[in-house]
Amino acid sequence: MNDGERLPLLEMRKVNAHYGAVHALRDVDLSIYEGELVCLLGGNASGKSTTLKTLLGMLKPTSGEVVLDGEVVNDRPTSYRVARGITMVPENRRLFKRLTVRENLQLGAYLRKDSDAIATDMERVYELFPRVKERLAQKAGTLSGGEQQMVAIGRALMSQPRVLLMDEPSMGLAPALVQQNFELISQIHEAGMTVFMVEQNANMALGIADRGWVLQTGRVVLDDTAEALLANPALRTSYLGGGQGDGDNEAAEGPAGESS
Amino acid sequence: MSLAAPSDPAPPPRPASEPAPETGPSVGGSDDDAPPRPPFAQDWRRIARMGAIGAVGQIFISLSNMPVKLDGRAIIEGVLSLGYLSLVVLPLAAGSRVGHQLRREGVPFHRPGAHEVVGGAACGALVGGGLSLLAILIANFNLREPLVNWSPILADLLAFNRGTAFAVVIWLAIGAAVGAAAGLLRVVPPLARRVLWTMVLTLFGAAVLESLTTDLAEGMGIEALIDWFYAPRGGLTITGAIALAAGSGVLALVGRGRIKGAKARIDALEGPARNRAQGGLILATAAVLVILPMFAGKLTNELLANVGLFVLLALGLNIVVGLAGILDLGYVAFFAVGSYSAAVLTAATSPRINPELPWFVALIGVVILTGLVGLFIGAPVIRMRGDYLAIVTLGFGEIIRLLFLSDWLSGWFGGSQGITNIPGAEIFGLAEVAGTDPRSVFYLVLAFCAIAIYVSWRLERSRIGRAWMAVREDETVAEAMGINTVNVKLLAFVVGAVLGSFSGAIFSAKVGSVFPASFLILVSIVILVVVIFGGMGNIVGVIAGSAVLIGVLGGPKQPGLLAEFSEFKLLIYGALLVWMMLARPEGLIPSVRRTRELHQEELAQDAWLRGQTEDDHLENGEGRS
Ligand SMILES: Nc1ncnc2c1ncn2[C@@H]1O[C@H](COP(=O)(O)OP(=O)(O)OP(=O)(O)O)[C@@H](O)[C@H]1O
Ligand SMILES: [Mg+2]
Repeated sequence: MNDGERLPLLEMRKVNAHYGAVHALRDVDLSIYEGELVCLLGGNASGKSTTLKTLLGMLKPTSGEVVLDGEVVNDRPTSYRVARGITMVPENRRLFKRLTVRENLQLGAYLRKDSDAIATDMERVYELFPRVKERLAQKAGTLSGGEQQMVAIGRALMSQPRVLLMDEPSMGLAPALVQQNFELISQIHEAGMTVFMVEQNANMALGIADRGWVLQTGRVVLDDTAEALLANPALRTSYLGGGQGDGDNEAAEGPAGESS
Repeated sequence: MSLAAPSDPAPPPRPASEPAPETGPSVGGSDDDAPPRPPFAQDWRRIARMGAIGAVGQIFISLSNMPVKLDGRAIIEGVLSLGYLSLVVLPLAAGSRVGHQLRREGVPFHRPGAHEVVGGAACGALVGGGLSLLAILIANFNLREPLVNWSPILADLLAFNRGTAFAVVIWLAIGAAVGAAAGLLRVVPPLARRVLWTMVLTLFGAAVLESLTTDLAEGMGIEALIDWFYAPRGGLTITGAIALAAGSGVLALVGRGRIKGAKARIDALEGPARNRAQGGLILATAAVLVILPMFAGKLTNELLANVGLFVLLALGLNIVVGLAGILDLGYVAFFAVGSYSAAVLTAATSPRINPELPWFVALIGVVILTGLVGLFIGAPVIRMRGDYLAIVTLGFGEIIRLLFLSDWLSGWFGGSQGITNIPGAEIFGLAEVAGTDPRSVFYLVLAFCAIAIYVSWRLERSRIGRAWMAVREDETVAEAMGINTVNVKLLAFVVGAVLGSFSGAIFSAKVGSVFPASFLILVSIVILVVVIFGGMGNIVGVIAGSAVLIGVLGGPKQPGLLAEFSEFKLLIYGALLVWMMLARPEGLIPSVRRTRELHQEELAQDAWLRGQTEDDHLENGEGRS
């Protein structure tokens, strides 16, 4: 897949993680290279969000290593990792609802001190999402679902990330928006961003991704290119909870099909 | 469809300058209002319910002894006392409430008319009936055993000293009259209503502020005028009341809309012009606050100083609770640590160490010590969330007080004897601030309040202020943004602690002694109530909250303007808080931010509900033509 010369930007080596006694991640190996768009698939409670939390340092691995740009960051706090270029769009967007859109974006740049560059990045977010600019003074909680997604992505971009982690970006969006959302992600990726996204919507995610992994009860059970995963009949039947992926897919494409 | 209505913004009332429509007594509604309802087609069930609630409330007030205690305080000499006022509040409220109509889309809004007056009278009579019932019960049964205020004094008060039968009749009549008047207020044109309200509030305010105005008048040498307004034994004279009512009524007529207009103009300003307007306002306020005490006597200055001490405390707690969202129920701990450390550092009588530092030098030590205690308490507490955190802070607040009280540390802090003979604060050799000169205390407090206000204001708009709000909103995501949530929360805790310690240090210099009993949990509660009452997260609101609650009702131990209320202070605080949470959760003077957020939520809910009902219609095949 990738030439062995290049170092991964972000890597998990044999990572195990626990919530108390619950074993949430089992010997997980992942590597994300600069400029890639990769995805992590898995059914409910398979440990997808846990993987992101561990990468970001909000959960400490019990064994194994998290490596950021060649440096083992196991003992580094989240703030350090954010400053070094990891950022996350959390599950369900989770904006600071009672703060304004502007404040949300400013908080994305919390660790940065370069106010001029922050201002230019703000402009860049407006370019990407003109709608956001119109709503700067509005409370984030009163935005529509689609607008909230824009602000959530904008907020994440404000930290000048090198790799963007996205937790189920299509969750809770109207079917028509899901398609649009994936287009947006691949647009950001094409602009040069490394993206690691967690998804349950296998077809759509693999449609834009380069590579992917499938997680099942905390263990990586498939690791392959997107095409190979899409072609793998076992993907849905055995790993994503028996045809559930198809169901998702229908939900996502049904109305879009109707309208066209 | 009724679901969507409750918080729909009512259409703006007709500008008072427009002529009222010719038809009947109606004003205050739009032309498509439905005609008034017939007088006797009442919702009797609603009237009975509200009347019953009011009656129970009025009986409760009576048995709390408020009327008897407050009877000594006259509002208008020989006409109305605060005690009798407390007996007619509920008929007034019930009578007004029963005529209240919601303006709902698609539901006719009936113009107020005789219907409202009759309904108000009926409801008020029911509430008054509660007192009639009480009079009968007191005459025939003796429940003095559990109810200490079940007394002949109360009976006499209710009966105007004329026997039970008179009491029964008169309270039914008073209730009905007051209720009808409340209903009538809904019928009269808005202009008249405003004038009436202004008159009533002016009279009430003048009566409540009596000691303040008298004191100020003495300072300015215009006692003669004041003697004309106020009766020798308290309360407005009748002539004074009439003059005041007339004067304020005229002012209301002339000034209608002026204040609102000015405010709107200032709000509409932008950029530097707005800053200038606000700066001018702040300067004017500061000037008044500096000049006012010069004319005021001891009592007024004492009151102002107490209010200032609580403003300082409330501003500190506001950072912790309002900005960072940490519900600290043990805030008094920092007030206590500030007082005690100032006492130890300045007083010669301090048991163990007594460096007898000058106050300002000691203040550095106070800040460091309180900051350390803040860190020490904060470190374990900050890791908890929500209700756990609240409970633990409550515990720490008590622990600190008990430590000062303990035998173990009595060698340091004097146990229950406390530390006495604390010298006043010397201001760079210029002035001596001590309790014997409340004016100087007030100026010192004022200076620290100014610092606290400036610090709060700057912090709120800073990067750290944003981080606090982010933590308040969603701690996990704040962490994911790279905010070190533990440090940030700890900082809020420490900043709050230091502001509280200023108040403590001034307090010990003012009072001259500190005892553990000054730092009861009640202080924490009162400060929190002040913050909530004024409007969490809002500096002006917090100041207004302190001024109203501490100034009028009084602090935990400090008397307010209505010293007669001291016994009922907590009852009133509680009632206010409940009412506030129900009717005005954003506080007395909400920050723009919070009003918008609270009401936007409502609007969003409404929109959602409307969406739901529309969906229902669609599903049932009713909607969309
Ligand atoms: N804070 C926590 N405490 C205890 N157990 C947790 C916690 N968070 C997650 N878990 C458990 O860890 C497992 C993996 O959870 P995780 O949130 O990573 O799943 P997921 O793959 O993101 O699922 P979903 O698609 O539903 O979001 C689940 O069994 C879950 O119950
Ligand atoms: Mg998840």
